[in-house]
Amino acid sequence: MADLPDQAQVIVIGAGIVGNSVAYHLARLGWKDIVLLDKGPLPNPGGSTGHASNFIFPVDHSKEMTHVTLDSMLQYKEMGVFTESGGIEVARTEARLEEFRRRMASSRAWGVESYLITPDEVKKLVPFVNEEIILGGFYTPSVGVVDSLRAGTIMRERAQELGALSIFPNTEILGIDVKNGRVQAVRTTRGDVRTDYVLIACGVWSPRIAEMAGATIPLTPAVHQMISVGPIGLFEKTTSEIEYPIIRDVDTNMYERQNGNDMEVGSYAHRPILMDADDIPSIKEARLSPTELPFTQEDFEPQLELALELMPELLGDENAGIRHAINGLLSLTPDGMPLIGETVEVKNLWSVAAIWIKEGPGFGRATAEWMTHGHSEIDIHASDVARFYQYGRSKHHVHARTSEGYNKMYGIVHPREQWESNRNVRVSPFYVREKELGAVFFETAGWERPQWYESNQKLLEEYKDGIQERPHEWDARWWSPISSVEHLAMRERVAMVDLTAFAIFDVSGLGALAYIQKMAVNQMNVPVGRAVYTPLLAPNGGFKADLTIMRTGDESFRIVSGGGDGARDKKWFTDNLPKDGSVQFEDKTSAICTLGLWGPHARAVLQSVTEDDVSNDCFPYGTARDITINGLPVWALRISYVGEQGWELYTAMEHGLKLWDTLWEAGQTYGLVPVGIGVYGTTGRLEKGYRLMSAELESEYTPVEAGLARPKVKRDEFIGRDAYLEARKEEPAAILCTLTVDDHTSASGMKRYMQGREPILTPDGEPIVDRKGRRSYVTSAGSGPSLGKHLLLAYLPPEYAVEGAALAVEYMNECYPVTVARVGSKPLFDEDDERMKG
Amino acid sequence: MNILVCVKRVPATGARIVLTEDERDIETRNLGFTISPHEECAVEEAVRLVEKHGGASTILTLGTELAEEQLRDGLAVGMDNAILLQTDGDEWDAMAIAAAIVDAVKVQHDAGNNFDLLLFGNEAADSGDYQVGVRVAHALDLPCVTGIKGVEIEGGQALARREGPGGWELYEVSLPAVFTVKEGINLPRYPSLPGRLKAKKKPVERVTPQHNGGGLQKVRLKNPPEQQSEVRVLGEGAQAAARTAIQIVDILEELKLV
Amino acid sequence: MILAIVEHDRGKLNPISLECLTLARELARDSGDALEAILIGEVARSMVQVVGRYGVSRVHLATHDRLNDYAPEAWARTVLQLVARIQPEAVTVAGSDRGNELLAHLAALSRQPMAANCIEVLSGDAYRVTRQRWGGSLLEEALLKGDPKLFSVAPHTLEAQETAAATEPVTETFTPELDDKAFRVRIKERVERSADKVSLSEARVVVGGGRGVGSAEGFARLEELAALLDGAVGGSRVVTNLGWRPHSDQIGQTGTRIAPELYIACGISGAIQHMVGCKGAKNILAINMDRDAPIMSKATYAVYGDLHEVLSALIDELRRRKL
Repeated sequence: MADLPDQAQVIVIGAGIVGNSVAYHLARLGWKDIVLLDKGPLPNPGGSTGHASNFIFPVDHSKEMTHVTLDSMLQYKEMGVFTESGGIEVARTEARLEEFRRRMASSRAWGVESYLITPDEVKKLVPFVNEEIILGGFYTPSVGVVDSLRAGTIMRERAQELGALSIFPNTEILGIDVKNGRVQAVRTTRGDVRTDYVLIACGVWSPRIAEMAGATIPLTPAVHQMISVGPIGLFEKTTSEIEYPIIRDVDTNMYERQNGNDMEVGSYAHRPILMDADDIPSIKEARLSPTELPFTQEDFEPQLELALELMPELLGDENAGIRHAINGLLSLTPDGMPLIGETVEVKNLWSVAAIWIKEGPGFGRATAEWMTHGHSEIDIHASDVARFYQYGRSKHHVHARTSEGYNKMYGIVHPREQWESNRNVRVSPFYVREKELGAVFFETAGWERPQWYESNQKLLEEYKDGIQERPHEWDARWWSPISSVEHLAMRERVAMVDLTAFAIFDVSGLGALAYIQKMAVNQMNVPVGRAVYTPLLAPNGGFKADLTIMRTGDESFRIVSGGGDGARDKKWFTDNLPKDGSVQFEDKTSAICTLGLWGPHARAVLQSVTEDDVSNDCFPYGTARDITINGLPVWALRISYVGEQGWELYTAMEHGLKLWDTLWEAGQTYGLVPVGIGVYGTTGRLEKGYRLMSAELESEYTPVEAGLARPKVKRDEFIGRDAYLEARKEEPAAILCTLTVDDHTSASGMKRYMQGREPILTPDGEPIVDRKGRRSYVTSAGSGPSLGKHLLLAYLPPEYAVEGAALAVEYMNECYPVTVARVGSKPLFDEDDERMKG
Repeated sequence: MNILVCVKRVPATGARIVLTEDERDIETRNLGFTISPHEECAVEEAVRLVEKHGGASTILTLGTELAEEQLRDGLAVGMDNAILLQTDGDEWDAMAIAAAIVDAVKVQHDAGNNFDLLLFGNEAADSGDYQVGVRVAHALDLPCVTGIKGVEIEGGQALARREGPGGWELYEVSLPAVFTVKEGINLPRYPSLPGRLKAKKKPVERVTPQHNGGGLQKVRLKNPPEQQSEVRVLGEGAQAAARTAIQIVDILEELKLV
Repeated sequence: MILAIVEHDRGKLNPISLECLTLARELARDSGDALEAILIGEVARSMVQVVGRYGVSRVHLATHDRLNDYAPEAWARTVLQLVARIQPEAVTVAGSDRGNELLAHLAALSRQPMAANCIEVLSGDAYRVTRQRWGGSLLEEALLKGDPKLFSVAPHTLEAQETAAATEPVTETFTPELDDKAFRVRIKERVERSADKVSLSEARVVVGGGRGVGSAEGFARLEELAALLDGAVGGSRVVTNLGWRPHSDQIGQTGTRIAPELYIACGISGAIQHMVGCKGAKNILAINMDRDAPIMSKATYAVYGDLHEVLSALIDELRRRKL
């Protein structure tokens, strides 16, 4: 065994599918002196890869997940380790059939071929299924199985051939040295190695390894039960590993997959069995492998009957025995997404964890690209490990959410579905008032935000003409018509919105202007008091963030961003701070609360509680300044995300309640209504065509395509400038448009309302693909009560991005006619912004 | 044929056995449990004999309520009845176990349930006492053959075979008799899905056994010292085969084996 | 006085009995006891000289026309009768299959505790014994009382050593009283191993194969090598469960314990249950593709490579040198 080198460029810890993939892709991208370590032997070091069931169903409601999976499939195929078997998800309930119809939209939107099939068709493909207990199937012919261990070996060998990789199995990590917040060296049982980068790719062990460096990787090991039954008589005639499509019995949280002569039956139905990374047995202590724990029969027993019901003859064969049964460990995260990227605590210490076999090579590639170029081809922001705030990285939160999420693995999860566990982690000072008003709280980044107020029920009668009725339970789930009437009341009178979830960062210092110029696309050298809405770009010219930056002084700026993006944004800003200390960065999120006050009477209300002049002349749109409200110091920003006259009012947390009460009282004569995020984030925003980060804006699209390019580009250097200039030169491959739904009537006569992420199709029902290969889909959907239309945002290739053009949207496996109402960013409602700027 | 099989619940350990703090037991927090391998074969043999000759099989164990898992394992592969001699968790020595089994067999006998064959494992995987079956045989005044790797039943006689110093030894004894079984007598089957489900529904008879002291007295457990040997690598890779062969023959000569 | 039962098969001494005598002699010396031995059957008379060299001062030779061949219950009753007469402090035997069986019968008949497979015995009012559990993967310290104290000595855990102060033992012959019932368990028939086949447990060279051999046919090469070295072929539990080898070939905790001069382990990963079975091997040569297989760190010699290539080269080399 060769000795460890003294120095490495990057150390990858963990030689499962993830570690091997990322090591290979780093080598491919030109990295040298890559050292791959694992405490276990090769090719199977004993992690989750070694016992994975190794099958891939590509369709997911998440675009990111589907695209990374498709990339992984291509990589597995190229390596010759993929066997296509087809896969069928079967429905035992009507609700599941509806879910399959929704999955059809996702498969169409992300470009996977899938079919809804009848029980008889399922039977034809998989003759041993009891078709009498199922209602239908969702069939994806491209589903297959892979040899993930072989793939790992191939990728290691390729990296070695490039002269870039040395591999050390049976090498345990003893510590990670960190100096000045930056990773320095890794200490192992074979000696120490100095290194520039460390990648933690050790799956269920990742939290423990990260902890050695003082970093957190918020995942928990959890048990997934699997048994292997054989020999199956029917399979004796088959010659390859798998000849029958894999069945996912999703309503019972189980799967059945042929593996040679055996049928593997896996389950996610049992109680969540979570572990602590520290409690995983060592290789020597483990009977099988550290991640194959002893099977707990009683947890699986109810599943046996369900499996038998679906495959009575095949699994009921007395000669077929349960030959293997394990409680296999896998990684779970609070929101079910992977954990990728540099840890927030330690520079150059990267997490590549909570990744399944189906995604391994894809995330390996994306991570290597991100490390190399600063961005990846596929936008993987939803997997960014920096997305969690501190509370979200706590063990408590991880355990609460993963326990709750475990049985959602195959569940039918509504896009607006709310978590029940570990709520009320962050509440604004207005919370008590909001509760009194019957607020229905939705959570964003831990913040409890009113989505609508039940106390506004009374407005339903007043605005009954503007209400969108949603007769289908699915369309109306986690939704209320009250949002529409809150919206209309705001447009007619005045409204108050709790915006405390905003992430607020103050930067100051001699280098502040240069720094902000470097970060923002738009010109930031503006007069003090000016507010600028600006994109932030990744080096490839795609979106990293969109937010508002105010110049609060010659050498100071305030950055305000959405709560959901705040943690990632904070990392992006702090990562790019100049090293010379010329800029101070302060996170004010937890110190400041924010109230939005908007509507035709907003100025009247505000003026009635302040001695400062808030007239349009003295306090024009796009500016910010300090005012005093009822004796409270308030920083007011004249801006609006809902297209109305008004302000965002910022004050210290402790003043919040009084600010609320003051405005509430003053507003009564003007008919002030409290309105929820349903208005702020959806109806108000969509009528104005405002873009939302992670919905419309992501690194796969440019400001030009999003319609956010200004006429001129500032001379100053900024991140992504070159790519941005390139993008401006060429005709955009797609343009963000607003579409209106022409007819909501389904085949059964029921009105249906799209929720977002559905494919936009030609009138003939064909998918629309732009010249960069991207499919058109609904990035945001919601009602526009003032327009009387259901609104959809979508990127369309130029040939379709024509106002008045007739297209279609697929929803629940049916097509509905839509019209392109607006191309680009000009709002459909109040297109000259007179209400907002007046 | 009425057959009793006595089994023991033992942890399925890895390469390194971890002890509890008081060093009196194995730390089993992360371990699964099985029936001792020899006894798994005894269960299989009983199921086969009943399949062939008719009758009924009973699986018995002495242990905590958790040992019901092993009884169910036996029921799942075709045992008919189960008896749990339920204890509070302390390890019983071989004499005490044997006495408790004898008591249980006598109770069964009094209830009209007479066993033609009592099967044990040759030795339990964990304690390796090599004596429970023999003690039970003497207490019941039955003939006993240990370490058998084959048995045939014909007309009240059993022909058992086992490996001895020179080859196979055949023993003929009259039933009822006690045999202790060694792995290799058969290849135990895996439970089928229907078997598992049926096992769930079969009753388990629970008995609180009498503990008689006086046996071997455990003081503590300890791990044997790890043998740290220096490995001499003779060669690697395909091309090294020829050169390696020369070295190996040298070693064989050194050890006077050629 | 300590009484050792010397195990033999129709007059052929089981060499591990000498290990037992060695331990018993040390124990007797420490406690100031005499070491005596019982030889069962007239056929065993030839062994008196040998056991004398290992420190036995007195031999009790049990002669009975039905005792020449092994019969566990009859042998145990024979020992029991001697014990009743000479009242030894302890009775010991080698922890072989027969040794443990015999001692278990004696324990059952005399209703005394028994400690199987001890590796260390300290004298005292109660003996403090260290014995093997889990086939030797774990040790137990225990207190052994009894009248007499009964323990067997784990095989291959100590070297058999003659004593420097050997004397010609006194031989006392006795004839036990044994009825027919004592012989209800006896060997009715034997199927002897063919003469040219060495038994696994006795072979000086064992060639073992694991999953890496690839198939039942793959064992042909192992057979060929074993034949050249007058060795025996064995296999891991995987291999016997797969049906590539008969179960009697299994080396391991629940199979045969081997103690050869050299164990050539081919394509065997070295699971603990297997390693327990080859603890007695003086030298291990491991041939494996996987340099990280557990056996590789426990072997004396290691070859990383294709076992079939290495074996055929080895066979060629052996042939070349022998020619």
